Amino acid sequence: MSDVEEAITRVHHDEWARVVATLTRRFGDLDIAEEAAAEAFAAAVERWPADGIPPNPGAWLTTTGHRKAIDRIRRENKRDDKHRQAQMVYDDDPPEPVGAIDDDRLRLIFTCCHPALAMQTRVALTLHMVGGLTVPEIARAFLVRETALERRITRAKAKIKAARIPYRVPSEQDLPARVSGVLAVLYLVFNEGYLATGPDTHPVRHDLTAEAIRLTRLIRSLLPEDGEVAGLLALMLLTEARRTARVSAGGELVALDEQDRGAWDAALIAEGHRLVRERLATRVAPGRYQVLAAISAVHTSARDARDTDWSQILALYDQLARLDPSPIVALNRAIAAAELDGPEVALAAIDRLEGKLAGYHVYHATRADLLRRLGRSQQSRAAYDKAIELAGNTAETAYLTRRRDQLG
Amino acid sequence: MQYLVSVIDDKSNPGSTDRRPAISKFNERLIAEGYWVFAGGLADTDAATVIDNRGEQPVFSDGPFVESKEYLAGVWVWEAPDLDVALKLAAEASKVCDRKIEVRPFQ
Repeated sequence: MSDVEEAITRVHHDEWARVVATLTRRFGDLDIAEEAAAEAFAAAVERWPADGIPPNPGAWLTTTGHRKAIDRIRRENKRDDKHRQAQMVYDDDPPEPVGAIDDDRLRLIFTCCHPALAMQTRVALTLHMVGGLTVPEIARAFLVRETALERRITRAKAKIKAARIPYRVPSEQDLPARVSGVLAVLYLVFNEGYLATGPDTHPVRHDLTAEAIRLTRLIRSLLPEDGEVAGLLALMLLTEARRTARVSAGGELVALDEQDRGAWDAALIAEGHRLVRERLATRVAPGRYQVLAAISAVHTSARDARDTDWSQILALYDQLARLDPSPIVALNRAIAAAELDGPEVALAAIDRLEGKLAGYHVYHATRADLLRRLGRSQQSRAAYDKAIELAGNTAETAYLTRRRDQLG
Repeated sequence: MQYLVSVIDDKSNPGSTDRRPAISKFNERLIAEGYWVFAGGLADTDAATVIDNRGEQPVFSDGPFVESKEYLAGVWVWEAPDLDVALKLAAEASKVCDRKIEVRPFQ
């Protein structure tokens, strides 16, 4: 790649969301903004190799995009009045939440993650409008057809316009719920990358985990005082740090206690730990992501799996269960309890969750492991069979198959 | 911006029938705050008649155009600056009516 191409890629990464967000506010229309931003980047590809990279590439792109948008509106002059009527509702007031940075990107994120849009739509729209991923890129990442995804995005933009979903940072009072909606979108993107599903898919989709981290960093820079944003970022970093150690050269999942801890990314762990400490120091009651990050921090603090502070982890799971009394949290708590109270107690706790988790492969994999530790091979084998049948990730399937075949 | 706000009831699991006073109070507030355009409760779907006069002769059929478990029990028309405002009111309306609410913008 030439220097200019590299620069354009970097600028696309850094400036796409800002250009789209600024144009959306100016023109009150996501479609016009996105198209004009794309045309501005196309112009950069054409002109920068000859003219050189402008001193302020972001401003150049915004100005160019602005001109392209006006050209388009003039071209479609007849539609001008209609367009003006259909403009999005926005306000020029700085966002009222304490500590929020006044930045159009924040407005763009909250619009793309609006609760009136379906979850899959929010994911697609956020990756497209904020992340700058193309439709084919998103379609590939989520194993959906391009035409279906294109339709989904078009429908969403039409709904935003027709129903007047505002271009605005929610009020202080609505903010926690709306931020948690945004974080759910990012966590879903991250997990799809981390636990990629599909028989022919690479077990870890680094493109998706990296994109989720990048967008979470962006939101953290815009909402620096939000504890859950910091918590989710820490959680992602501490998970991403173990990415390469988590899958063997042969494409098999490596369980946490068998991972080569030297292969963990020390810089990501340090950053994750720093965020967790920073949140602890505020003495504000943590939310779900902060507790999950703290659990991850305890795991990643142990140089050896045997040094893991399980009582600390168990206490954190108890805290998590109070915030999120879901069966999946109960399952993870039982896994931690097995380390302190033994497999028999844990198995009894897990068996109580069968009604709710019978379709979840981790439930069966956990049972299989506990039954194996109790020497109940036959039952363990049956549980492994069930887990393999339900698991969608190739590395997990390979791991479970080996463990099953090792049973005496 | 005007929104059609539909109150949806469920024949197999109807909402409570004692909501009238609460709805009246809510309506008064909608009027006072400038959101109210129109409101009306509907008679049972059995009372509906569908007319199709696209052919030679008008055809009348007894009953609603679509038979379903869920049906429209009443409507509001609200004037609201954007969907966030409409959704917030709709969340209250759902509590007040003890029923599901659909919010749909007019063109």
